[in-house]
Amino acid sequence: MENKIKPQLRLQEKKDIKEILRQNIVVIIFTVLTVIGVILSDLPFHFMVRELVSRIGRNSFLVLSLIIPILAGVGLNFGIVVGAMAGQLGLIMVTYWGITGIPGILLTVLIATPVAVVLGWQTGVLFNKTKGQEMIAGLIVGYFANGLYQFVFLFLVGTLIPMKPGTPMVKPDGIGLRNTISLGSKHGEGMKYALDYVLQVNVWQLLIAAALALIAFKIIRNRKRGFKTPVASLIPNMILVVVSLVILLVPTFRMLANIKAPVVTWLLIVGLCLFNILIMKTKLGQDFKAIGRSQHIASVAGINVDQTRIIAVILSTVFASWGQIIFLQNIGTMNTYGSHMQVGMFSIAAILIGGASVTKANIWQALVGVILFHSVFIVSPTAGKVLFGDAQIGEFFRSFVVYGVIGVSLGLHAWKAATAKKKEETEE
Amino acid sequence: MDNCLLQMKNIEKDYGGHKVLKGVDLSLKAGEIHCLLGENGAGKSTLMNILFGMEVIHSTGGYSGEILIDGKPVKITSPKEAMKANIGMVHQEFMLIPSFTITENIKLNREVTKHNPVSKVLGERLKTIDTKTMNADARRALDKLEINIEEYAEVAGLPVGHMQFVEIAREIDKTGLEILVFDEPTAVLTESEADNLLATMKKLAAEGIAILFITHRLDEVMEVSDEVTILRDGELVACKKTSDTSVEEIAELMVGRKVELNQKEKSSSEGDRKVLMDLKNLHVNMPGELVKGIDLSIYEGEILGIGGLAGQGKIGIANGVMGMYPTTGEISYNGETAPLNDTLEMLKKDVAFVSEDRRGVGLILDESIALNTVFTALKVKEKFIRNFKLFKMQDGKAITSHAEKMIKDFDIRCTGPFQNAGRLSGGNQQKVCIARALTQEPRILFISEPTRGIDIGAKKLVLDVLVRLNKELGMTIVITSSELAELRTISDRIAIVAEGKVAGILPPDASDAKYGLLMSGISDDPGKEEK
Ligand SMILES: Nc1ncnc2c1ncn2[C@@H]1O[C@H](COP(=O)(O)OP(=O)(O)OP(=O)(O)O)[C@@H](O)[C@H]1O
Ligand SMILES: [Mg+2]
Repeated sequence: MENKIKPQLRLQEKKDIKEILRQNIVVIIFTVLTVIGVILSDLPFHFMVRELVSRIGRNSFLVLSLIIPILAGVGLNFGIVVGAMAGQLGLIMVTYWGITGIPGILLTVLIATPVAVVLGWQTGVLFNKTKGQEMIAGLIVGYFANGLYQFVFLFLVGTLIPMKPGTPMVKPDGIGLRNTISLGSKHGEGMKYALDYVLQVNVWQLLIAAALALIAFKIIRNRKRGFKTPVASLIPNMILVVVSLVILLVPTFRMLANIKAPVVTWLLIVGLCLFNILIMKTKLGQDFKAIGRSQHIASVAGINVDQTRIIAVILSTVFASWGQIIFLQNIGTMNTYGSHMQVGMFSIAAILIGGASVTKANIWQALVGVILFHSVFIVSPTAGKVLFGDAQIGEFFRSFVVYGVIGVSLGLHAWKAATAKKKEETEE
Repeated sequence: MDNCLLQMKNIEKDYGGHKVLKGVDLSLKAGEIHCLLGENGAGKSTLMNILFGMEVIHSTGGYSGEILIDGKPVKITSPKEAMKANIGMVHQEFMLIPSFTITENIKLNREVTKHNPVSKVLGERLKTIDTKTMNADARRALDKLEINIEEYAEVAGLPVGHMQFVEIAREIDKTGLEILVFDEPTAVLTESEADNLLATMKKLAAEGIAILFITHRLDEVMEVSDEVTILRDGELVACKKTSDTSVEEIAELMVGRKVELNQKEKSSSEGDRKVLMDLKNLHVNMPGELVKGIDLSIYEGEILGIGGLAGQGKIGIANGVMGMYPTTGEISYNGETAPLNDTLEMLKKDVAFVSEDRRGVGLILDESIALNTVFTALKVKEKFIRNFKLFKMQDGKAITSHAEKMIKDFDIRCTGPFQNAGRLSGGNQQKVCIARALTQEPRILFISEPTRGIDIGAKKLVLDVLVRLNKELGMTIVITSSELAELRTISDRIAIVAEGKVAGILPPDASDAKYGLLMSGISDDPGKEEK
C-alpha cells in the first residue's frame, strides 16, 4: 500500500499548555491550597514535614489498594471498608492474645487475609450483579458489613464468644468491646509501631540512597537496551540528592535534619507500587485493562469478565486489610467502631486529589494524592485558627474537602460521560 | 453427508415473539467458501451469532435446532466455547478496543506470555506479556493481508477500512482455526481492499479452513464462493453450487422479484451554475486518508461524485468539511467563509453528513427508530418541536408519522417506529442513518459510501431517493463512493481523487480508460474539467 500509516498524534493528544492545565486542575488547586495553608498556619516547618512523613507511611498503602479496581473498570472501590474491617479483626485477636512485634504483625496478616479474600469475593459477586452502580453498591456493602461487625463485637463478644474476664478491651459489663482499644502506648508494648520501629532511618539519607539507586537503575537499564541515558532525565533525582544533602549539612535545618522514616513500612509501600506496575504487564493485567475499556468486546474475545472483576476486587480488599493494619499500628489506638468507616472516603478523596479519576489511576497519582491531601489536613486547623480565629473552622474545612472532592469528581465523571456521548451523537 | 465439517439443522430463533429464523439448515465442508446471502434483516447475522454463541442470543431465550461439528452435536453458549471449537468470526460491528494498539487488539485474550518466577508458582494468568513476540505475530498477520500499518499504532483514529483489516488479522492470527465467519467484511472496504481480502480468503480456504462469507456484493459471491445459501425473511430459500447459478438468479431469490438499476437522466440546466461551496487548498489530517490540498467547487443543485482508490484521500474530504478530523484551508459556503473544525456549526448551516463509518456508531442504540431519525433535526434545527412560549415539547405525533414515512421510503425492516435501533439488522441501521441526515432537510448533503452493507434491492431505493431529493428539492449532494458504477449512475460530475489531490473531473459517461488513468494519478491536464 502506498502511504504507510505512522501512529499519529491525535487531536486531543496534542496537548497545549491550556490542556495540560485543565487535565491537572485538581492537583494544581490543591497544591495552591497547601502552599497557602503552609504560609498561613504558624506551625513550625519541621513539624509539618515530620507529620507528613508519618502520614505518608500510614496512609499510602490504603490509597494504593484502590488502583486495580479503577483500571479494571470497577471504579472507585468504596468496598475497601470491608477489607479494613478484616484487618481490624486480626488486630483485635492478636491484641487479645497479647502477641506483639513482628510475630504479631504476621499473625494479624494471617488472620486478616483469608477473611479479606472471602469478603472481597462476595463484594465482587455483588458488584457483578449491580454493574454500573458499583460505587453505590460499595457504599452499601460498607454499611452492611459494618452492621455485622457491630453485631459481632458489640453483642456476640462476651456472650457467644467467651472472653477472659478482666480483659481491658472488653466493656466493664463483660459484653462487647470498648469504643477504643489501645494497641500500646509505645513501641514494644503492643502492636504500636510494630512495623514502623523495626528499622528507623534518617529520611534524608533514605531519600539520597533511593535517588542514587534509581539513577543507577536507569543508567544500567538504558545501557542494556543500548542507548545512553540523557542527563536531563536524571535531573529530578539529582535535585533530590542535593536538597537532602543541604538539609543534612546546613545547621539552620537542624530540626528538619533529624526526621526519621519507618523503612519497613516504606518498603511495603514501594512493594505495592511495584506490584501495581508489574501486574499490569501480565496476562491478568492485560485482562484488567481490556475489561476496563469494554466489557462487551472483552467477553466476545473469551475473557471471563465477571471472574476477572472479582479478582480485581479481592486484590483490592486484601491490600486494604493490610493497609489498615499498617495504619493502626502507626496510630496506636483503634477506634473499634469508627476507624474503618473513614477509610473508604479518605482514601478515595486522596487518590482523586492526586489527579486520578473513576477510570484512570496510577501509583504517582496515589502518592501525590496522599501528600497533598494530608498536607491540607495538617495545616487546615491552624490555618483556620489564623484566618477565622477558630480551629474548628479548619476542621470543618477538612470534611468539606473530603466530601467536596469526591462529589465534584463524581459529578465531573458523569458530566464527561454525558458530553462524550453527546459529542458522538452530534458528530454523525 | 459425513464429510461435513459443520452442520446447522433446523435452526429457529425468535426475538421476543418475533420469529427471525424459521428452520434454517446450513452445511459447510472443510476448505470451501460458502456465501450466506439475503436482504437486510433476513437473519444472516442472527444465524452466525448463534454459531458463535453470542450473548444476544442467549440473553433472549436461546435458539432451537441442532449444531454438529465433525458430525458430533455441540452446544455453543459463549464466544469462548466457539473459539474452543476452532470457530472464528469477524463481526458486522467492530469488536476492537479503540485505546489499545493494533497488536493488543489482534492478540486480545490470546496474548503471548512467558513464565516469570511468580507465575511458575501462582499460575498461568500471572505470566508476563511478551510484547515483542506479539508485535512480530501481529506484523506477520498484517503482512499476510498486505496491510502496511504499524502494529504499535492505536486503533482509535484509523480509517474504517484499516480497522476491518485489523479484525481480519486477528482471526487469521489464530492457529488451528477450522471455521471462519465473515459478516459483511467488505462493506467498509474499497474495491481494491476488498479484492485483497477475497484473495486472502481463497488462500485460507486452500489451507483447509471453511469460510462462511456474508456480503451484499454479488460479484464477490460469484468470484470466490463454492456454494451459496440464500435466506429470505428467516427462511431458507435456496442452497446452490455457485457454478450452477447466476447473479440474476441469486438477486431474484433474495428479493423475490427482479431488480435493475437505471441511469439517471442528465440534469437540465447546464448553463450558469452557482457555486454553493468552494474548497480551497483543503488539507485534512485523517490517518490513512490524507487530503493534501484540494480545490473543488460544488455547484448548487448538482450531484457531485467523488471517487478514487483506497487511501488516496477521497474519504477525507467530507470528513474535513464537517470538521471530523483536523483540517486547514478555506471553505466558502454560500458566499461566506465557513468555520473549520466545527461540526455543530456546519450542521446548523444546513450541511448534513452521512459518514462512511456508521456501523453501529452514531445511532443511539437503546432509543427508538423514530427518535433516531429526527435526532439531529431536533437538536440542531429544533424541528418537530412545539413551542408553547413558556416551554417546548417534542411533537410526538409528527415524529411518528415522519418516521413511518422514512421506514416506508427506505424499506426499513422493523416492527414499527418504536422499535429500538439496536434491535435492527446492520443494514437497516444504516438506512436509519441516511434517513436521519435527510430529515435535517439539508441544503447540501455529504454522503459517503451510501450503499455499503445494503442489499441490492434496497440499494436502488436509496439511490432513487437521493436522485428524487436532488430533483424535487434541489438538494445538492456530494456522494463519495468506491463503487464507480454507483457514482456513474447518479452523478452529474465525478471528481477523482489521487494522492490527496483532485486528479481530474469527468462526466459520468467518460470512458473507463479515462477513469483508470485518473485513478492511478496520471492526469495530463490536472484540475481541468473534461466536457
Ligand atoms: N437484538 C435484537 N433484538 C430483537 N430483534 C433483533 C435483534 N437483532 C436482530 N433482530 C431482528 O432480527 C432480524 C434479523 O436480523 P439480522 O441482523 O440477522 O439480519 P441480517 O440478515 O444480518 O441483515 P443485514 O444484511 O442488514 O446485516 C431483523 O428483523 C432484526 O430486526
Ligand atoms: Mg447482519
